[in-house]
Amino acid sequence: MHFVALRMLTGDRAKYFGLVFAIAFCTFLLENQTSIFANVLRRTASQILDVTDAEVWVMDPSTEYWEQTKALKDTDLTRVRSVSGVQWAVRLFKGNPIAKTPSGKFAAAFLIGLDDATLAGAPRKMLMGSWERLSEPDSVVVDKAGYILLFPDEPLQVDRSLEMNDHRATIVGISDASAPFVSLPVMHSRYTEAINFLGRERTQLSFVIARPKPGISAEELTKRINAQTGLRARTTKEFMWDCIDYYMRNTGIPVNFGITIGVALIVGAVVAGQTFYIFTVENLKQFGAIKAMGVTNFQLIGMILLQAFSAGALGFALGTGMAATFFELSLRLIAMRGMVLMWQTVAITGGCILFVVILASILSIRKVCVLEPAEVFRG
Amino acid sequence: MKLNDDAVLCRNVKKYFGEGEARIEALRGINFDAHFGEMTFLLGPSGCGKTTLISVIAGLLKRDEGDLSVLGTQMEDLSENERVLFRRKNLGFIFQQYNLLPALTAAENVAVPLLATGVRRKHAVEQASELLSLLGLGNRVNSLPAKLSGGQQQRVAIARALIHEPRLVVCDEPTAALDNATGQTVMELLATKVLSRERAVIIVTHDSRVLHFADSIAHMDDGRIVEVTRQQLQEAV
Repeated sequence: MHFVALRMLTGDRAKYFGLVFAIAFCTFLLENQTSIFANVLRRTASQILDVTDAEVWVMDPSTEYWEQTKALKDTDLTRVRSVSGVQWAVRLFKGNPIAKTPSGKFAAAFLIGLDDATLAGAPRKMLMGSWERLSEPDSVVVDKAGYILLFPDEPLQVDRSLEMNDHRATIVGISDASAPFVSLPVMHSRYTEAINFLGRERTQLSFVIARPKPGISAEELTKRINAQTGLRARTTKEFMWDCIDYYMRNTGIPVNFGITIGVALIVGAVVAGQTFYIFTVENLKQFGAIKAMGVTNFQLIGMILLQAFSAGALGFALGTGMAATFFELSLRLIAMRGMVLMWQTVAITGGCILFVVILASILSIRKVCVLEPAEVFRG
Repeated sequence: MKLNDDAVLCRNVKKYFGEGEARIEALRGINFDAHFGEMTFLLGPSGCGKTTLISVIAGLLKRDEGDLSVLGTQMEDLSENERVLFRRKNLGFIFQQYNLLPALTAAENVAVPLLATGVRRKHAVEQASELLSLLGLGNRVNSLPAKLSGGQQQRVAIARALIHEPRLVVCDEPTAALDNATGQTVMELLATKVLSRERAVIIVTHDSRVLHFADSIAHMDDGRIVEVTRQQLQEAV
């Protein structure tokens, strides 16, 4: 009877396409909004995740997330290094200088100052130039988006000059750094250069980044550092979630996205569920007739589930295709760089669509199962 | 026509709808027989219980009292699922409004009872096409119901009722939606192609133009069989 079920489903083209596209647009909205939401939150920790050398971040106990740091004392670096299990620990500076171009264009930037000796935390994905050139005097590496912001409509080119805090800086490389939460240029320089580019303060050590010795986990090392120094030590993953958690708690992002996602789910469920239910109700006479002819309730349930799941699967596939196309096209936009369709959101959306399909099926199944086949004899 | 074994035996069959003061006695002690090789007509005014009676006989409704034997099976002994399987195997249905599935071709519609039993689609449709050819619709096997006339749709419905070779065919007003000539053609088909020595046909009708096809006519009124007329008497009348 599978063939009959599918032909019944596709027979009324208008309703069939209505049902499929209701599910498709519900899928598209859910996947689109949840992926953008997840990507936006991930951006709050982009610069943390870009530092692949270190596994442990040490900061002042009052520092909650990447954007808001309280400087450590220079001696804290030594204290961290003295903790057993630390393979190496180096300093990391984070500041927001104003970068100016010779043409007068300027922009606030994220400047990350790397340990002068090791350059640990340097951007590994380079589009032009080299991060090793950061050892040269007055050198910076700028990310591509930042370069385009500072030098709009100009080709990528190294050895160009910038001015920060009355200091001349030379661009020695263009990186493919992950997009930060706010669309500002991301720059890397040596620690001592960074301090000059921003202006010296009494204490300026934003973070100590460290790596555990072989055989010691990052989690274990964070516990030791916490216990022995009183500083706050987090693994990269923990620090990422700290940042995401901060934005979740202190901004309207989750509420705004949540409303859109909720509305998409409710509207999708109502439209798809109602369309499928109406489809079933309008076919009750046919269902009654085949029930009279000896088709069992079990077979009818199978038919309805097949109809619902095939429409759901097609709608989900179309919606996922639409969402994938959206992200593929939007990747070309600088502002949307790094925004991808995440498999987790596809899976969650699949679960939501499954819920919608099951809900619609249950209503229809109930209607058909209680249908008296004798009804077919009544007008 | 010579009387054969009883296909249907109703003895004091009663059927109620509702409960308490709202209870309606739709069948008030029906005694009714239908025989193999005969076309038995059920006649009566609207609301007299004809539809309820064929629904009970067909196993679509359960009787509340009395004995009901259909094709030698006591219907009250069957569970809900057994009644469904009994219908699937032994009964064919022809409805007033044909009740063809609009998305299926004529042949596919006819094949539905076979598909329900698990016959493969290709084989079922082939068998259905052959039967449609026998009923004069060989050139319309791939037509959708909407492209067929009322008479053609009823012939498709007849083929659907016969495809699984049931022993009892129940027809509900098979000519009501058809003009006189088409109705006569359909009845001739029922008499020649459907009726056989091993099969009984029960027809509910209001259509006095087709009563001459009846072997016996059971007149119903107010939930009772008030008179049974045999063919010879009918002709005399």
